[in-house]
Order: sequence, then structure tokens, then C-alpha cells
Amino acid sequence: MEHLVKDQQLTFKDFSTDQDVRWCPGCGDYAILSAMQKALPQIGKEKKDIVFISGIGCSSRFPYYVETYGFHSIHGRAPAIATGVKLANPDLSVWQITGDGDALAIGGNHFVHVLRRNVDINMILFNNEIYGLTKGQFSPTSKTGIQTKSSPHGTVDKAFNPGKLAIGAGATFFARVVDVDPKKMVDVFVEAEKHRGTSLVEILQNCVIFNDKVFSAITDKEGKFDNQLWLEHGKPMIFGKENNKGIRLNGLKLEVVTIGENGITENDILIHDAHCEDETLHNMLVNMVLPEMPVAFGVIRSVKASTFNDKLWEQISHEKTKAKFSSIDEVVNSGVTWEI
Amino acid sequence: MTKNIEELEEVVIKFAGDSGDGMQLTGSQFSNTTAFIGNDLSTFPDFPAEIRAPQGTVAGVSGFKIQFGSTSVFSPGDEADVLVAMNPAALKANLTSIKDGGTIIIDSDSFKIKDFEKAQFTSNPLEDGTLDGYNLIQAPITNLTKESVAQFDIENKSRTRSKNMFALGIVYWLFNRPLDITENFLDAKFSKNPELAKANKAALKAGYNFAITVELLPSNYTIKPAALPKGKYRSITGNIATAWGLLAAAEATKLKLFLGTYPITPASDILHELSKYKNFDVISFQAEDEIAGICSAIGASFAGNLAVTSTSGPGLALKGEAIGLAMMTELPIVIIDVQRGGPSTGLPTKTEQSDLMQAVYGRNGESPVIVIAASTPSNCFDFAYQAAKLALEHMTPVILLTDGFIANGAEPWRIKKLADMPSITLNMATKKEGWSPYLRDEKKLARQWAIPGTKELEHRIGGLEKQDISGNVSYEPENHEKMVTLRADKVKRVANFIPELSVQGVSEGDLLIVGWGGTYGSILTAFSELIKEYKNVGFAHFNYINPLPKNTNKVFSKYKTILVCELNSGQFIRLLKGELSQFNYQQYNKVQGLPFSKKELINEFTKYLK
Repeated sequence: MEHLVKDQQLTFKDFSTDQDVRWCPGCGDYAILSAMQKALPQIGKEKKDIVFISGIGCSSRFPYYVETYGFHSIHGRAPAIATGVKLANPDLSVWQITGDGDALAIGGNHFVHVLRRNVDINMILFNNEIYGLTKGQFSPTSKTGIQTKSSPHGTVDKAFNPGKLAIGAGATFFARVVDVDPKKMVDVFVEAEKHRGTSLVEILQNCVIFNDKVFSAITDKEGKFDNQLWLEHGKPMIFGKENNKGIRLNGLKLEVVTIGENGITENDILIHDAHCEDETLHNMLVNMVLPEMPVAFGVIRSVKASTFNDKLWEQISHEKTKAKFSSIDEVVNSGVTWEI
Repeated sequence: MTKNIEELEEVVIKFAGDSGDGMQLTGSQFSNTTAFIGNDLSTFPDFPAEIRAPQGTVAGVSGFKIQFGSTSVFSPGDEADVLVAMNPAALKANLTSIKDGGTIIIDSDSFKIKDFEKAQFTSNPLEDGTLDGYNLIQAPITNLTKESVAQFDIENKSRTRSKNMFALGIVYWLFNRPLDITENFLDAKFSKNPELAKANKAALKAGYNFAITVELLPSNYTIKPAALPKGKYRSITGNIATAWGLLAAAEATKLKLFLGTYPITPASDILHELSKYKNFDVISFQAEDEIAGICSAIGASFAGNLAVTSTSGPGLALKGEAIGLAMMTELPIVIIDVQRGGPSTGLPTKTEQSDLMQAVYGRNGESPVIVIAASTPSNCFDFAYQAAKLALEHMTPVILLTDGFIANGAEPWRIKKLADMPSITLNMATKKEGWSPYLRDEKKLARQWAIPGTKELEHRIGGLEKQDISGNVSYEPENHEKMVTLRADKVKRVANFIPELSVQGVSEGDLLIVGWGGTYGSILTAFSELIKEYKNVGFAHFNYINPLPKNTNKVFSKYKTILVCELNSGQFIRLLKGELSQFNYQQYNKVQGLPFSKKELINEFTKYLK
């Protein structure tokens, strides 16, 4: 029996389509696609039961390249379409692919509402801090002051922090990864699928054409270890080339300390609790920015909560047990009627 | 105390009061009772957009008009035989729409000097001759209501609230109606607060008894049951009929019904009604906005539900891009637009037919969809069902136009059985052999519906141009033109599957009166009157807007003049002129947020019939 299951096990290849992938050479999207194609065989779903829904933008071409059901929709509206798909058929594994413009500018309203409702979908947010498909305007996550085609004198906009916005909207799952770390992406995608509720995965994704190296301080070889904090539930928040730096709570602030200096031991370092319902610490973690603090990665928040689709279908089942009518004929004949 | 009983053929009553006076409830109770005793009827609720508009002002008047009779009634009528005015503002708002010699019942307790001022009467209309020629009945309704409920243990502020029931009691006596239907309604409505039920029933009875005892009323009236076709009837509004038509289509197809929508006047009752039927697997999803409403429905359609979104004009504007997506991806979806006065926010609670152009053309690119229009409150059932049938069988969005007038208006409906409705054939793809995402059937040009969860039919769709048959993204110039043509032809071919246009009156003559959608009752009422005197005239009413019925050309060719009547500045006539330019068209339009009256239509018709 075990053999049989193994023989049928899907692989990376099963999730590739015959369509030419049309992203720019060197685009971070390739790595994400490949990580997804590696993650999908691990989620225990047949291809027929997986759906990818996207909006508009470079990232939103993604569904064309994944051999499942797919829907490349209109700008910003993918969360609403994904919600409809999931409510209609809760057995489907529904993945929304989006970008920083699609999710946080034109689709900002749907973004917060799908998180508020906690519809059981996985939302993969490709954050490259720029508009790529429209050829290089600033986005809602672009850093203040960035010079682009639509901001030749630098932007005066403040940027959204997607994690902060999501947690504010009631997100039950938030993870952050980088496009240059495919193994971690695969793990986080699998975790996202396991989580019941809206799972938001923010991927810091490099746009080689319009915003190249925007994340280099985080991802470069020399900075990588000191600037990335990889969180794991139940593990201390330790990072750094020497694995001797840690995060400590000092009053109402997080701070970086070095184990072995000033009497600091591993016991002083915070233990990551992704399952904690209170979002205070999760918010502090998503808010950490260079250079004072490392950037937090991994599953930052993953709390249990009932999902919108479960509650809806529970209500439907419950109403069936006490239904007044069993057919439309009974409905139209109910109330005051008379014979002529 | 014996009274005369006079027999009448048809009567128009207008209930009018402040928007918090409960006039809509009063009117609908009178309608239900009247329908129950077998009269034909048509109603017209007319209320301000504000929930509680400034008290006592003309702007805050809420009205409910009903015409009922022993013959067929197609419209709520023009001038009222009886006006119930709960305050001076209600009187003022309706002064010009009462028949000469008509009866006016007022609450004399609310006709004080400050009430006149609020209603902007410069003198007391009860004394200054304003009401000469009318049969005025002054009843101290507020005070008598208070007395009638004195014995009940209810809140003080509720004591005068039952005055609408007192007024209803008077009118029930005047037209010989039984009280029990309203009494049962009150028991059910206040089942959690029996004292309130008792108080309201007491006020109703007190009004009835007051009418018996006062000598102001010379006689009461009886209206024989109408000679309607045999069968079982109920009273129904257009919005409820729309909701039920969708339920019927879901049951007929065994599909789950998904309503993705956002509240908007005057369409919200469709959401309210469908939200009650979770037991039928109805998923009613109140989205964060109009766009999410339709997009969730598109998602549900992709996943295999009977998907619907309901809205009014401003919402249809917001849904435009998504309708284009559904058209491009060739997914079935029903979009219901309960039209209201526009443009912009316009007149939310008033009726109009000004979304026709938006429905037919209001999207980017060449984006044809099926557009149909219901024409009476009860046939909203049939057209909602038909909208679902066309969407599912032709794999395309269908816009169903109704309007505030028929959505809120009520009439008796000979109850239909699901078994009597036409069958709906689903277009499901089930196996890979011989299937491609955009392969079409020869007759309808519809593609198949391959829903997630179906083995081996994994495929991708989207808003980018599709390659013919494969559905892959394609930017090829010839393919684009071919696909634009295919999508247009698909909608054109629907003409082969819908009923032909029928004509009432002569099938060849001087004048063809043309209407579409919710004006049917008004035009038919005027037309029925007109043909008593003029013979050379026909009347054709359109329920199918895009595509037009196949025989439209043939029908039009038999008349010298085609007079197109619409509640807009001339939208359908433009469409007709575009498609069938060879005819002599004339137009009659009204854009006041009100339905046509019989009088104005007949005036207009006779201009063409010397």
C-alpha cells in the first residue's frame, strides 16, 4: 500500500505547464515558482483540487505556469475571487498570488477584508517595492524618497509594512521569506497550507530591472547572517555569523544583544512564540528594520482561529437541521395564499 | 346604524405620512388583505432616501399607493380616490393627485399651526378652502390611538406609534376588508412582545369601530373579486420574486446558489431574502464593496456555483471591469441591476430606466453580454430564472434589469411550480477526451464549464486575450479579431433561443407603442383605455434587450410610426435606431423618478392618432 502511494506521489514536474515563462531573466519570480512547484507535492492534494488565483502585475502571471486550476483575474481583486472559490468549494486548496501594488494599492480593501474574515486561503505576496509591469513606478511599499519614473524628485509617500497592516487587519498567519532562499520558501509554503485561515507569506523579491538590489543589505553574503533573524516557534531568537546575537525585550522595546557580553546568556534571549494570540510581540518583530535590528523571517505569527468558510458551512449545516422549507415549491406556497 | 354599501370597479388609495409613521407597513398590509379577498391590485411604495427625514416636512413624506379592483389592474393608478394623510406635509405632497370629489382622511391631532408651518402651508388648509370639493374626514387619530392602547403595558413612546393601525382600521371599514390577516401578521411580528401585538390590534379595531360610528362616512364600498385565471395566488414584490426565481433555478440545476453582493437601495431586499435560505445551500456573501461582490461571485462561478450579484446603477458602474472579466473568461453569472434614479447617487429610492446603455455598453473593449428586463413584480420570478438559464446554457454574464418600481411594488401572483419552469441544461466538461478550455458547441458557441475538482481538466483562464480553442494567452492580431467576433456572435445567437416579440392590439397599423422593462403595467393600462376609442394601434413590450427578439424587424415594419416610451431621455430608442434604423421612430420620455401615469401616456398616444 505504501508503495502504491509512493508511486503516485506527484513531483516538481507534475506542476509545470507547457507555457513559456515570460519573466525577465534573473527575476526573483523564477525562484518562487520553482519553490512552489517543489512545495505542492508535499501538501497532500491532487492537482485537480488546487487553484491559483492572481490579480494583475508581473507576479500575477504565475498561475499560467502551474499545472493546476488557475485564474489570472483583474487588478487587486484576487482576494475576492479566491474567497468566492473557497466558499463555493471548501475542499479546494486556494492560493492567491499577488504583488505589492496589486495587494496593497488597488486591492488594499480586499486585502484587509480577506484577512479580517480569515478565509482559508494562502496569499503569496511578491514584494519588490516597485511596479514592474507598468515599467517602474513607486509602489505602496517603496521606501520614502525613492526616485522612479513617476517620482523623479523622490517620493514623499510613507510605505506600508505588509506584516503590520496584515496583523492590524486580524491576520492569523504571517510569514516572511526572501526569494534567494528557496529551501526556506518551500518550508514556509507548506506551513502556510497547513494553517487553517488566511496565510499571508511576504516574499522579499528582487526586481532586476526597476529596483535591483533593493534588498541587498539583507541578502548579500556579508550582511546575510547579521541582518536576517530566522524565527522558529519554540526556539530562541538567535542570529548572526557567530550565532551569538539575540533579541531581548527591554522595557517596551526589542533590542539586539550579544551572548557572552555584559553578562548576557542564552536565557536572556526571547523564545519565539508564533502561536501566541496576543499580537504585540509579533508586531514588534515585523516592525524590525535595518540597521538597528535584523529583519525577521520565517513564520512570525500562526494562531488558531475559526475560518470564515468553516463557520459559514457550519451555519448552512445547522440551518438544514431546522429548515422550514425543503423546496422552492414550499417557499412560494408559504405565508398568505388564496385560491381563485 | 345602517350604512349604504356601494359597489365599485376599481379604487386608488394613497397612504401618506412621515417617513417614521409606518406608511409602508400600512400599505403592504392593506395590499395583502386586498389580494387575499381576490381583488387584482398593483402597488407603488414611494419614500424618501432618508430613514427619518425631517419630521413634518414635505421632503420627509413617505407614501404607499395601491390600485385594486374587480377587473385586471396593471398599474398603481394615477389620482387617488382616497388619501390618508397623517400630517399636513402628507396632505401637501399629495394635493394635486387626488380625484375631484375624492375622500381625504386626516389625523386632526397633527394639524396644528406649527405643523402647517413645517409643511409650508401659509394658512390652515382645513379652513381656507383648499379642500373644497373633497370629502374631508377629520379624525383625531393620535388621541384615539392613545386611548385605545391605554390598558396595555407598553413603553410610552409606543403609544402613539400604532396610529398607522388606527388609520388602517378606518380604511378597512371603508372598503369592507376583514381584519384577521393583519391581526395574524401583528401576532407573528410581535411574537416576542405580545403586549405590543395586543396594542396594535386594539388600535386597528378602534379605527375600524370609529369608522362605523362616526357619521362623516356616508357609505362604505365593496369591490368584487377580480376575474383572474383560476389557481392559487399570493402577493409578491419584484425583489422577492427575483430572489425566488434564483432559488428555483438553483433547485432545477442542483447547483449551489452563490450571491456575492453589497447592500444598495433598492436592491438590498434580494440579499435579505436569499440570506434566509442557507438550508438550500445558498451562500449569501455580503462583501466589502460592489467589486468584491461580483468578484466573489465570479470565483464561485469558476468553482461551479450558480453565481449571482445584485446591485443598482452606481454598483453596476463599479462592477464593469469584473463583468468584462466574466465575459472574457466566459463564465456564467447573473448580474441584477434594480435601476434607480441616476446619475451618480441620483434618486436612490425613486424609479428610472436609465441604466440601459450602461448595461449594454458600459464596459471597456468590445464586451457584449446578454441583457434582459423583467416587466412586472411577479415576472421578476420568470426573468431571474431565465437569466440563470441563459447564463448557464450560453456560458456568459447576463444582466437582468428591474427597477425600483417593480422591485418594491406588489401584485397578486398565480403561484408557479418548479415543474412548470423550462429545463436548464448544464454545460459541464467531465472528461479530457475531446475537451479544450475554449472549444465551443456549434449552435450556441458556448464553451464548456470545467470546474476545479474535476480530474485532468486543470487549466488556466484569465482576462488576457485567449487563443481560440486552447484558451492560452495570445497576442496574435488575427486571433484577437476572431475572438472578438466569436464572443459577439455567441451573444447574437441567443436570439435563436428566446421568445419572439408579441404585439397586443392590431398587428399592422398607424402606431406601434413600444416599451421595455418595468413600464409594462403603466403602458398597458393606458393602452387598454386607448383602444376603447382608437383601433389602429398596437403595443409591443420588450423583455429582451440584447439581443433583440428575432422578429423585431418584422413587427416594426407593419406600422407607420414606432413610439418608444421610456423612463429616461431615450436610451432604448437609440439602441433600436442603431440596430434597425429604417423605421420612423418617435419617443416619449419621463425622467422624474416616477412611473408613467395613464393620463400622460394617453395624451401622448392620441397625438399620433388623429
